[in-house]
Amino acid sequence: MNGFDEETIGRLLRLLPPAPQGWVQAAQELPAARAVLDELVARAEQDAAFRVQLQADLERAVAAAGYEPSPFVVSRLRQLLEAV
Amino acid sequence: MAVEQSDAQLVSRCRAGDPDAWNEFVERFSRYVYAICSRGFRLAQHDAEDVFQEVFARAFERLSELRSDDAVRPWLAQLTRRLCIDRLRLNTRDAPSEADPDEQEVEDVLATLDDAMTVRAALDEVGDPCRDILDRFFCRDESYHTIGDALEIPAGTIASRISRCLEKVRTQLDGRNQGSGPS
Repeated sequence: MNGFDEETIGRLLRLLPPAPQGWVQAAQELPAARAVLDELVARAEQDAAFRVQLQADLERAVAAAGYEPSPFVVSRLRQLLEAV
Repeated sequence: MAVEQSDAQLVSRCRAGDPDAWNEFVERFSRYVYAICSRGFRLAQHDAEDVFQEVFARAFERLSELRSDDAVRPWLAQLTRRLCIDRLRLNTRDAPSEADPDEQEVEDVLATLDDAMTVRAALDEVGDPCRDILDRFFCRDESYHTIGDALEIPAGTIASRISRCLEKVRTQLDGRNQGSGPS
């Protein structure tokens, strides 16, 4: 790791282009998405009708519950519901 | 010189529930995770996106399991690596032997990316305007003209500024190495 010259520094910097902004933003929104997931899973555990709605059309049920059905929320919720 | 927090300090803030810390965490490591997916394992863009989100989802959920806050970079690398391999295997279920990439090749790329992250950390410590200029030129592949327009500096001075900034990063790296050497 010692003695990088300027050319090597430039070459190494080139290896780390920014990730697509949308990906970064989605990852940064994880804490909020996580809170949404916790609420939805808790409701699904207690409310059989809501669980049926989720199983029928996950995205629509999430939106109807007042949450943004982002791809992360939908795919994660699908995984979590399999365990309910 | 910018005052940058160490990885360990940043992880500690995430654990403490600091709302800004997670954003900084993603910002700091997003390029690394992205590079492992795209350069290390050459995942297609949609696969890389899935793995990228899964890495940060698991990191968020399991940060408290990290044994040493200093070890977050290798921990993320390992997590990303495992998920990339899982994805490759999933994509080649009918021919699983074709899924696993050349291990030595992946090791080499990961070692180089680790060096790149060290350089990136030194650049963060140097701070702006060097960080901005070098990032635009090397990482975003912007032309002298575009950089000059964006930063409102003459395009004819960009090359010399890049040269001076690279020297600053090298000096910063040398300082790090001396600081971590035997006393």
